Amino acid sequence: MIKQNLLKELRLIVGKENVLSSPEDLVCYSYDAAPLPADNLPDAVVLPSSTEEAVNLLHLAKARGIKVVPRGSGTNLSGGTIPIEGGIIIQLTRMSRILEIDSHNLTATVEPGVITRTLHSAVEQVGLFYPPDPASANVSTIGGNVAECAGGLRGLKYGTTKDYVIGLETVLASGEVLVTGGKTVKNVAGYDLTKLMIGSEGTLGIFTKIILRLIPLPETKKTLLILYPNFQAAASSVSEIIANRILPTTLEFLDKVTINCVEAHTHIGLPRNAEAILLIEVDGSKWDVEREAEKVVEICSRHQPLEVKLALTPSEAMSLTLARRSALASLSRVRPTTILEDVTVPPSRLTEMIIEIKRIVQRQDIQVGIFGHAGDGNLHPTFLTNERDEAEMKRVEAAIREVFEVTLKLEGTISGEHGIGLTKARFLPWQVKPLGLKVMKIIKEGFDPENILNPGKIFTGYSP
Amino acid sequence: MRCGLCLAVCPTYRELQIEPAGPRGRVALIRAVAEGRLSVTKNLAQYIYGCLNCLACVSVCPPGVRTDELVSGTKVQINRELPPPFLRKLALQNISPFPKRLELSLLPFYLYQQTSLQRVVHRLKVMDAFSERWRDLEYLLPSLPRKPMREQLKEVVPAKEVRKHRVGYFLGCAQDLIFTSTALATVAVLTENSCEVVIPKEQRCCGMPHAGYGEIEQAKKLARHNINVFTSAGVEVIVTDCATCGCLTKGYHTLLKDDPDYAESALAFSRKVRDIAEFLSQDINLRQDFGEVKGRATYHDPCHLARGQNVVLEPRRLLNLIPGLELVEMKEPDWCCGGAGTYLLSHYDLSTKILDRKMANIAATNADFIATGCPACQLQLRLGAKRAGLKAQVLRPIELLNRAYQIAHLRHTSRA
Repeated sequence: MIKQNLLKELRLIVGKENVLSSPEDLVCYSYDAAPLPADNLPDAVVLPSSTEEAVNLLHLAKARGIKVVPRGSGTNLSGGTIPIEGGIIIQLTRMSRILEIDSHNLTATVEPGVITRTLHSAVEQVGLFYPPDPASANVSTIGGNVAECAGGLRGLKYGTTKDYVIGLETVLASGEVLVTGGKTVKNVAGYDLTKLMIGSEGTLGIFTKIILRLIPLPETKKTLLILYPNFQAAASSVSEIIANRILPTTLEFLDKVTINCVEAHTHIGLPRNAEAILLIEVDGSKWDVEREAEKVVEICSRHQPLEVKLALTPSEAMSLTLARRSALASLSRVRPTTILEDVTVPPSRLTEMIIEIKRIVQRQDIQVGIFGHAGDGNLHPTFLTNERDEAEMKRVEAAIREVFEVTLKLEGTISGEHGIGLTKARFLPWQVKPLGLKVMKIIKEGFDPENILNPGKIFTGYSP
Repeated sequence: MRCGLCLAVCPTYRELQIEPAGPRGRVALIRAVAEGRLSVTKNLAQYIYGCLNCLACVSVCPPGVRTDELVSGTKVQINRELPPPFLRKLALQNISPFPKRLELSLLPFYLYQQTSLQRVVHRLKVMDAFSERWRDLEYLLPSLPRKPMREQLKEVVPAKEVRKHRVGYFLGCAQDLIFTSTALATVAVLTENSCEVVIPKEQRCCGMPHAGYGEIEQAKKLARHNINVFTSAGVEVIVTDCATCGCLTKGYHTLLKDDPDYAESALAFSRKVRDIAEFLSQDINLRQDFGEVKGRATYHDPCHLARGQNVVLEPRRLLNLIPGLELVEMKEPDWCCGGAGTYLLSHYDLSTKILDRKMANIAATNADFIATGCPACQLQLRLGAKRAGLKAQVLRPIELLNRAYQIAHLRHTSRA
C-alpha cells in the first residue's frame, strides 16, 4: 500500500509518463555496465525534467525515508547505479539541454543529461574543445561523467573531467540546492566544494546544472601506429617520449594477447610476432604537430620497432586507430564474461606493472588482455572468464586482489577512471587508509546524515 | 557484458531514453523471462515489439550479441503464451500467405482511390476533421495499380538482345501490389542487360511479416514453398529489389536449419539471392549507355540492406553512374526511418518521431530524389516528405537507373 501511495506522489511530481514502475521496467534498472548480478530491483524509476522536480523528489525521499540512486545512461563500470537497497532511481536523461556555450568566457553550461558526444560536437562546431572522452562518450551523460570523474584517451595531455568542471548546481539530500563555483577559472572562496562533488558517485548530491571550462580546439593532429617485438621496447618509448617534453594527446598501448584477439576478430593484418602496439596522436598547431610527430618517430625508431606507420590522410588515421578501437570488442568475444579493470600507476612504473600483471595471471592460470592509456599509466587489464565457472571466478578474484596490491606498492591507484561504486568498495581502505576513510565518512555524514543518496557505494557496510 | 554502447545507435532509445526501450533493456527482459524472473505479459510484449529490428545494435555490439535473434525468439514465445489479436492472426495466417487473398484485401483501398470517394474526401477536406494520425494513414498508401504485377508480367520475359543470364525475379508483395513501377523498372533494366527474367507466378510472400510477428512456422512454410518454386524454375540467380525480401530469403537456410529435407535446397536458394544493386554492379557488365537524369539525389540506407545484407556501396555506385545526377549524402544515412514494416501502424507516435529526425537530415540535402532500396522505407519516406513539406520524389535506385536508359532510348529514337 505504501508503494501505491509512493507512486501516486511520484507521479504528482514528475507526471505520469515519467514514472516507471512495472516489473519489466524495474528489471531494466537492476544493472549498469558493471559485471555484477542484477538481483536488486528499484521500487520505481523517475525521470525529472527540472531542478524543481528533482528538489521535490528529494524532499519526498527524505520525508518517506526512501533511498535515491541518481543515474544517467547507466554505462559506469563500478556498479555505481545499481539499486542494492531498492528505492527510487532518478534518471536525469530528460534534463538534456545545453543551456549556453559562452565563447567569451570559454565555458559551457549544461544540464546533466546531455550526452558527452553531443557536447563534443556542439562546442567543436564553434572551434572549442571539451577534452574528456570516456570510451562510452556516445552514450554517457555529462552528469554521469562528473559523478564518476570520467577519464578517457586524452588524459595525459588534457586531464580528466575534474579539470574542466568549474561550477555546479547540486540538489542535496535535504532537498536544498547548493550552488558552487561559477564561470571563473580562478575561485578560492572557501573550500572547493565543486571539486569535492566531482567523482562523488551520487553519494553527496544530484547535479542539475554543470558549468564546464572549454579550451580552443587544436588546429590539427597526426596519428602514428608503432608495432614492437616486445613490450619493454614499447614501454621505454613511452617514457622517452614524455621525458622529451612531448605530451601526445593519445598514447595507447595494446599487449600481445589483445593484438592476437584483435587480429583473430578483424583480420586487419597485424603481424603475429608483434608483442606490443602503441597508438600515438599528437595535436596542436600545424607546426607543433609536424615537429612532435617527427620527434616521436625518431624516438620510437630507436627502440627497434617492427614497423612505424604515420597516417598521411584522415582515412589512413582512421584505419590506424582501428586496432585500438576494436580492442574491447575483440577481447569480449573470447569468453562469456569480460571484466575490465582500470588500475593506474605513475607512467614510469608502467613496465613493472605490466610484468607483475603477467606474472599474476600466469600463476592463477587465467586469461588477461592488457590495453590502455599508457601515457597516463591507466591500464585496462581485461579478464576473460566465465561467470558460471565458480573455480575460475575464484582465481580471477584472487588475481584482481593481487593486482590491486601491486598497484598500491607501485604508488598507483586501484581506480583511475571507473570509480569505486560497489565493485571496489572492499578495497578502498587499502588505498586511502583508515584516516582517509574516516574523513570521507565525515563528509558523507555531513551532506547526507540519513544515508539516502546512493547507499552502499564507495563505503562497504556503511551505516551512519 | 552490459556496456550499453548500443544505446547510442538505437532509434527507439534515442527518442524515448528509457532503458526498456533500448537493446540492453530488451536483452535484460528476455534473459529475465528465460530465467523465470519475469513472465510473458502484455507489457513485456509491448517492450519487445518496440524493437524496429533495424540491427543497429548488433552492428556496434562489442561481444556481438544478436539482439535481433533474441527478440525474434521471444516473439515466438509471446505468441505461444498470449493469443495474438484476431485481425493480426487473420492477416498473417489466412491472407498474406495467399497472393489472391492479399490482392483482394487491398480492394477496398483501391475502390476508395478509384471511385471518386477519395477525390470527394480530398475536395471537401474531410480529413481535416481527423487527427494527424488518421490523415497520415490516409496518405500512406500511394495510388494502387489496377492490376497486380504478377498478372501484368509474363512468366518469362526475354532478354532484349542476346541472352546471357537466366535470372529469377523474387517479386515480393510490395512490388506485386503497390510499387509496380519498381517491378517494371527492375525487369526492364535486367532485360536491357541481356537477362532473361523468370517471374514464377506461384511465388509467395517471403515470410518476413510472419517472422516479424513470431509466426515462425508460417514463415517456414512460405520459405519451403518459395524454395520449391524457384528450384524448379531453373535460374542461375534470384534477384530481388526489396531489402526485406532479400534479407530474409538470404537467410532461408538459417530459418530452415532444423529441417533436414530442406537443408541443401535452402542453402542453394539462399546463395543464389542477390539484391538488384549487388547483381547489377558486381555480377554483370552493366551497360552504361545512359541518358541524363538531371537533379540531386540522396540515398537512404534501408536497415535490411545496409546491415541486413551489407549492401551499402552498390546502390550508390549505380546512382553515381547516372549522368546528370548528383548524389548528396545525408547525415546518418543508415539511421532507421521508423518504417519497419507495420511500425507506423502499431507505434504511430514513436514512428513519426524517428521519421522526423530522418526527414530533417534529408531536407538538409535539398535533394530532388530520395532513393532507397526498400518498399517499407519508401512508404514511410513518402509520408515523411509530405509531413516535412518536401517536393522530392521518393523512389528506388532501380527506377532512376531505368529512367536513364529510357531517356537514352528516347534520344536514340528521335535522332533516328
